Amino acid sequence: MKAIEPNSSIATPETFPPPSVAVWQHSHVLDLDDFTQEEIELVLETADAMAEVLTREVKRVPTLRGKTVVTMFYEPSTRTRASFELAAKNLSADTVSLDASKSSIVKGESLIDSLRTIQALGADIIVMRHSQSGAPYLATQHVTCSLINAGDGWHAHPSQALLDLYTIRRHLGTLANLKVTIIGDIMHSRVARSNVWGMTTMGARVILCAPPTLLPRGLDSFIANCQLPNVSIETEIEPALKNADVVMPLRLQMERQQSGLLPSLREYIQLYQLTLERLSLAKPHVLVMHPGPINEGIEISPEVAHGAQSVIEEQVTNGVAIRMALLYLIAGGKNK
Amino acid sequence: MPERTLMSAEDIQRALVRVAHEIVERNKGAKDIVLVGMQTRGVPLSKRLATTIQSLEEIAIPVGSLDISLYRDDISSLHLKPVIHRTDIPTDVTNKQVVLVDDVFYTGRSIRAAMDALMDLGRPQSIQLAVLIDRGHRELPIRADYVGKNIPTSSNEEIKVYVKEVDGEDKVTILLPNKGATDESD
Repeated sequence: MKAIEPNSSIATPETFPPPSVAVWQHSHVLDLDDFTQEEIELVLETADAMAEVLTREVKRVPTLRGKTVVTMFYEPSTRTRASFELAAKNLSADTVSLDASKSSIVKGESLIDSLRTIQALGADIIVMRHSQSGAPYLATQHVTCSLINAGDGWHAHPSQALLDLYTIRRHLGTLANLKVTIIGDIMHSRVARSNVWGMTTMGARVILCAPPTLLPRGLDSFIANCQLPNVSIETEIEPALKNADVVMPLRLQMERQQSGLLPSLREYIQLYQLTLERLSLAKPHVLVMHPGPINEGIEISPEVAHGAQSVIEEQVTNGVAIRMALLYLIAGGKNK
Repeated sequence: MPERTLMSAEDIQRALVRVAHEIVERNKGAKDIVLVGMQTRGVPLSKRLATTIQSLEEIAIPVGSLDISLYRDDISSLHLKPVIHRTDIPTDVTNKQVVLVDDVFYTGRSIRAAMDALMDLGRPQSIQLAVLIDRGHRELPIRADYVGKNIPTSSNEEIKVYVKEVDGEDKVTILLPNKGATDESD
């Protein structure tokens, strides 16, 4: 190609400068179903800048100095909670963590009262986990501060899905046209649900693979009604794994067997465990991910969980960067 | 509203060559110099300065880019957040002569943020400041070590720096008030 004369371009200068202000409309982060591709990309790019901070000797920037982040967890969690708190501290925010088992909640204080109290104490951002699907949506009607959903019931876990997207993009460059296979207890998985929104928005195909009893009822018609042509269901693991770019087994909760959803644990292991042999059906560059905590030897074999394809630990590290990005994007000036 | 050109591509080129010479003169050579461009337009300017210094001194000059968004003093009151770019400085700044490079020097708040950011990355021997345009109106006790051009302005005027790598052309213009341009790069 011939070099173009430097002065021959007549484009108007106003069209050139990249937007210096983020395209971000969210006061809360509740799920990824209302995120556009641009917004998800913004989160991932912001997380990239945050990841640089995490490589420093002193992992702290003054960005959210004077802001208060409160984590309210009505359900047990180690990594998500620690991850949000570290993210807030890395941005110099003050953090308060409320443990439902040790607060006035055991005295019978309602969710709304607790939220109002936290807000009156000066919280700027509330990070909330609750066992009831939709609890954070209810919460946003009663508080003026920002709210991040850290997992509600079976419904959504947006920060986990975003860190999954981020991890995949770091390894494979893009989400577009990838085949992502999610295996296991889809019915009870908020991670799977948020990932369906996030992955399809970014152009990936999602295969949901589970025994029929662990698929949500009416999933077929949901896929049809929501027009999700990139989501499909598979009840056998081998075809689901074939040529997969990403495989994500979900934690099998032991109590599912008692509730009659599984004939036996041994049968589940035989039919659905992610083993090295099964993994060989996937593409050579396949990434093995897991939202944690892992039941080694149940949904995933130890060789796979700690094998060369596994990025499970990296997901945890990336989680801090993603949560820093969310706190940064959501903090501060109210939408007037 | 009229947009008047204050510097042409040739003017910018000459100013940068002079600044490169001044940097070498002040530091008695180019050993231990690290150029750090501030996002967005400081980055290409720092690369051009590095190229000139390298041709003068015949040693490789490390060039990095710095994003100050995380260090701004107004960040928590902004509803729309600036897009953060990755900070990428390829060398440890400790004991180096770090030259910060920016396009427009105005209130000094960006430079304050940049110095804080640099200090978090290490302990430079010195931090110096090179700017293409100094338009005055400082709000902090900060001055530039190397200035491409001093342009006294009133605060309702806007200085726009266009660089080829970002905007497709090199020039510096001044805009009078009420023009719908938005990119105020402090």
